[in-house]
Amino acid sequence: MLMEADGEAKLLAGGQTLLPVMAFRLAAPAILIDLSGVQELKGISIDDTGVRIGAMTTWRDIEDDQRLRTAAPLVSAAIEHIAHYQIRNRGTIGGSLSHADPAAEMPGVVVACDACLEIVGSNGMRSVPANEFFLGPLTTCLSADEVLTAVRFPPWPATRLWAFEEFAQRRGDFAYAGIALFHETGATGLVENAHIGLIGATSVPRRLGVAEAALNGRRLDGETIAAAAQLASSEADAEDDIHASAAYRKALVGTLLERALKAAAERAEAL
Amino acid sequence: MTGKTIGVSVPRLEDLPLVRGAGRFVDDIHLPGAWEAAFVRSTHAHALIKHVDTAAALALPGVYGVFVLADLLPHVATHLLAVGLPSPSYRQIVDRPILAGEEVVYAGEPIAVVIADNRYIAEDAAGLIEVDYEPLPAVSDIRNALDEAAPRTHRNAPHNLVAEMQLAFGDVDAAFASAPRTRSEQFFLHRGGSHSMEGRGLIAYFDKIDGILTTYNSTQTPHAAKRLLCDILRLEDDKVRVITPDLGGGFGPKLVFYQEEAVVCLAAKLLGNPVKWIEDRREHFISSAQERDQRWDVEIAYDHDGLILGVRGLVLHDHGAYTARGVNVPYGSLSALPLAYEVPTYRMGVKLVLTNTVPVAPVRGAGQPQGIFVIERLLDMMADELGLDRAEIRRRNLVPAEQMPRTKPFVTRGGIKVVMDSGDYPASQQQALDRADWDGFHNRQAAARTDGRYVGLGVANYVEGTGRGPYEPVTVRITNAGKVQVSSGAVAMGQSTKTMLAQIVADQLGHDMDNIAVTTGDTAATTLGFGGFNSRQTVLAGSSAHAAAIKMHDKLIKVSSVLLEVAEEDLEIYGNRVRVKGSDAEVSFAAILQAVSGIPGFRLPDNISPGLEFTEQVVIDPMTYASGSAVAEVEVDIDTGHVAVHRIVFAHDCGRVLHPQIVDGQVLGGIMHGLGNALFERMIYDENGQPITTTFADYLLAGADETPNMELIHLSAPTPLNALGIKGVGESGVLPIPAAVISAVENALSPFGVKITQAPISPPELVALIVAARNRQSVTAS
Ligand SMILES: Cc1cc2nc3c(=O)[nH]c(=O)nc-3n(C[C@H](O)[C@H](O)[C@H](O)COP(=O)(O)OP(=O)(O)OC[C@H]3O[C@@H](n4cnc5c(N)ncnc54)[C@H](O)[C@@H]3O)c2cc1C
Repeated sequence: MLMEADGEAKLLAGGQTLLPVMAFRLAAPAILIDLSGVQELKGISIDDTGVRIGAMTTWRDIEDDQRLRTAAPLVSAAIEHIAHYQIRNRGTIGGSLSHADPAAEMPGVVVACDACLEIVGSNGMRSVPANEFFLGPLTTCLSADEVLTAVRFPPWPATRLWAFEEFAQRRGDFAYAGIALFHETGATGLVENAHIGLIGATSVPRRLGVAEAALNGRRLDGETIAAAAQLASSEADAEDDIHASAAYRKALVGTLLERALKAAAERAEAL
Repeated sequence: MTGKTIGVSVPRLEDLPLVRGAGRFVDDIHLPGAWEAAFVRSTHAHALIKHVDTAAALALPGVYGVFVLADLLPHVATHLLAVGLPSPSYRQIVDRPILAGEEVVYAGEPIAVVIADNRYIAEDAAGLIEVDYEPLPAVSDIRNALDEAAPRTHRNAPHNLVAEMQLAFGDVDAAFASAPRTRSEQFFLHRGGSHSMEGRGLIAYFDKIDGILTTYNSTQTPHAAKRLLCDILRLEDDKVRVITPDLGGGFGPKLVFYQEEAVVCLAAKLLGNPVKWIEDRREHFISSAQERDQRWDVEIAYDHDGLILGVRGLVLHDHGAYTARGVNVPYGSLSALPLAYEVPTYRMGVKLVLTNTVPVAPVRGAGQPQGIFVIERLLDMMADELGLDRAEIRRRNLVPAEQMPRTKPFVTRGGIKVVMDSGDYPASQQQALDRADWDGFHNRQAAARTDGRYVGLGVANYVEGTGRGPYEPVTVRITNAGKVQVSSGAVAMGQSTKTMLAQIVADQLGHDMDNIAVTTGDTAATTLGFGGFNSRQTVLAGSSAHAAAIKMHDKLIKVSSVLLEVAEEDLEIYGNRVRVKGSDAEVSFAAILQAVSGIPGFRLPDNISPGLEFTEQVVIDPMTYASGSAVAEVEVDIDTGHVAVHRIVFAHDCGRVLHPQIVDGQVLGGIMHGLGNALFERMIYDENGQPITTTFADYLLAGADETPNMELIHLSAPTPLNALGIKGVGESGVLPIPAAVISAVENALSPFGVKITQAPISPPELVALIVAARNRQSVTAS
């Protein structure tokens, strides 16, 4: 159908983004293809290759799956910041990733986690790393005849340290900025494999490479944290808008990274 | 069920139907075959309309009519909505046309209407209407709107000043000349809209046989709507009926009569078919009245003890593009400032500024929160300079209880003397402070700071004129079933007006709430009426209900005394009957009605006048002054700018409390509204006059997560101005909250010396102030 519609059709997942857009008459697709009956797109499977979440899995199902708290803790932690429970009952992970709002939580999380997106289209199946999936604000590499079917997260070592921090003026609103972070600690006690996903304060979901580099191979002390926060702040590419100045969002990214690193360290002590 | 009905929280008449899904809001009313309307609204803040092409819309199947102004002109006596309250202060008259003709002056102004089978088709058709605009420069910021070079809001207007006035008493310049201390400040204050859950809307039909126009309209003022419809459509007043069904909130903007009301009624008449229009949320943002911006340049003179000697200054007030109500909002601001405190001399001017934005009209509080904000912030600053406690400086300046009733040297906007009738303002503040642990707080604050947490406490007082007169009629009648039927010009907009009227009537007529039925907001039920605004209905309609119920009581007793052959003093009303005290002998209301209805050819018993119906319209010109104090406790995250309001203590006096639960509900709702004005609600226009915040994703309301612990303290100083001793309470909650919350935020940030002269304040703005203050500190330190 997607192919025949020649760009006139839209896929309908939870409708929590698409329907408001249609209600405002900003989109008027001639055909809506409802994915809710496609069982193959729903569900969460976990094995030693990692976690696979079907595109049509709702936020609520992800939130309720206790296994994810250890198998993909950043995914679990992000959910409580996504909208309100009524919306989480309908909204899907696939809809959010396909919509590719840089202010949304999950795009930042999948990029931070090196997840892969599984896509099916007229040319068959392909798997795209998260950092290649998002091309710009509300733009992905999905072509008009393609469907996102699942997102696959690599295995999560139990010793990994992580934190999710964001700030929105009211709980459940899209955040001014957010940080999804993990790293490991090597035998020497130095930071390894730091991954920092940026939410909001950016035009495309992405990692903060400069700040990551400033963490890797260092001991996680006050000085390292302050330096990384400073770098993260300048690395964020926020713009002024009606809600906040670029300067505010950039500073906030630094604050959130600092808080995330401290929260992750506290988690280390608790281990 | 009988028992005390006043002063106790009897079950509300409104609750059962609402929880059973039997409420009836305007969109629940389905007239057979009704069509629906959609409006074409200006996409420009200011433009000339060169041409409107409606052909494609008319050709769409399911469309029954498309009207632009020219189509309607032959059918109206006037196309201008002349609604401004009288005032000598106008410098130009800018009334709204029912549809824009040659010029549009705000984005959202209606240009054309489509009537179709349903809203979907109507909106599709509206999208097919092509409006050829010639954009004109727009003005959207009051701060430069009066510049000679500023674009004119209306292209042919001489300037953007629509009205100016001042409130003045005493020799303020002399006071300043000799004052030991003065301080000047600029404040920028913003309020948003009302955002009632239910937007505006109406359904209208015209009966060709009897020539009557009937409209169910989600309005706070059905009688005013009826008058305007009569004027516009050239109909006699017995040919128009406006009914307000259940209202999903009003909060001010629904007291205004709007273009859509005239157009929908006219369309129904012209097309000979019922027409419905329900405002959607986007329309609410771009077409329902709002309050928005004020800039205050003020100076205060005071002495070394912190006593106020005088206040003077000038306010710029955003009026929007047209006069939708008048000069009452800024008048409310100017007169709220000097009410609670001793302000011996005062001169505050205001310029009402036209901008290419949605017209301004009252939102719950009607300008008063702004005036209160200014005086409260000035008091904080004075306290800071003198090293006085913020509560102490207020105590020294509050009008003391011994002076009640206290005449203030100015008048209301209607020219009526301001006499604060009762209350104990210092006691109110003290109770709020005690409950909030004001004296012990600095220990908690210091402890929190050592943990890097910034908590603060703020206090603000208010006095509010409530119960705006002159009157509100109430009719009390006994039905053939022996029920008491109460009808009033008052409008029930969600504040339990029906329960209030029933309580007052039941108190005289049998104490049985189940035996009372109340009709409000129907112009066919009462000829005269004003409706719901200005915390007035319990005071005015309540007083009329009380008076009518007493007359009914006396007549029931008198007739029963004849029928039962018992002295009047031996009789009492119980439930739906009159009985002889201490005996079984009784006569029902229904039997009494029968007796006084008469039998053809026979004499009425003891020559008593016929019928059981009394209408009263108790006139009360002076306003009654409610008062109170709020203490807010907040915590500020200095890095994100997040403000968590932990607690609000609110002490207030609304005179005698008729129904504690309803009063609590009014105050709590007002507090939440005030929190929105302190921290969240912001209607933003860009420099071209385009509205930017037109969804609840961009325009934030305080919601459940933002709700602090709220503690209410009820003080009661009954007013001598009405028989029941009641004052209004519908707006009080909102009045001191922005001032108290911002004061608390400033207090939390006192280590940095942050000063806040605006409301609302957002996290980014707060962080900017903190950063600037810290930079100042480090400059001073180095
Ligand atoms: C009030 C409110 C608050 C919100 N707050 C947040 C928040 O804080 N954080 C946040 O992240 N989100 C928030 N959201 C968005 C919410 O999470 C949505 O659920 C999500 O963005 C979209 O998911 P959906 O399933 O509803 O997608 P839909 O609305 O159905 O679809 C979104 C888009 O993706 C396309 N699409 C859907 N599924 C696929 C697929 N499998 N393959 C290809 N294309 C597809 C659709 O065609 C459409 O273009 C909020 C939404 C609302 C209404």
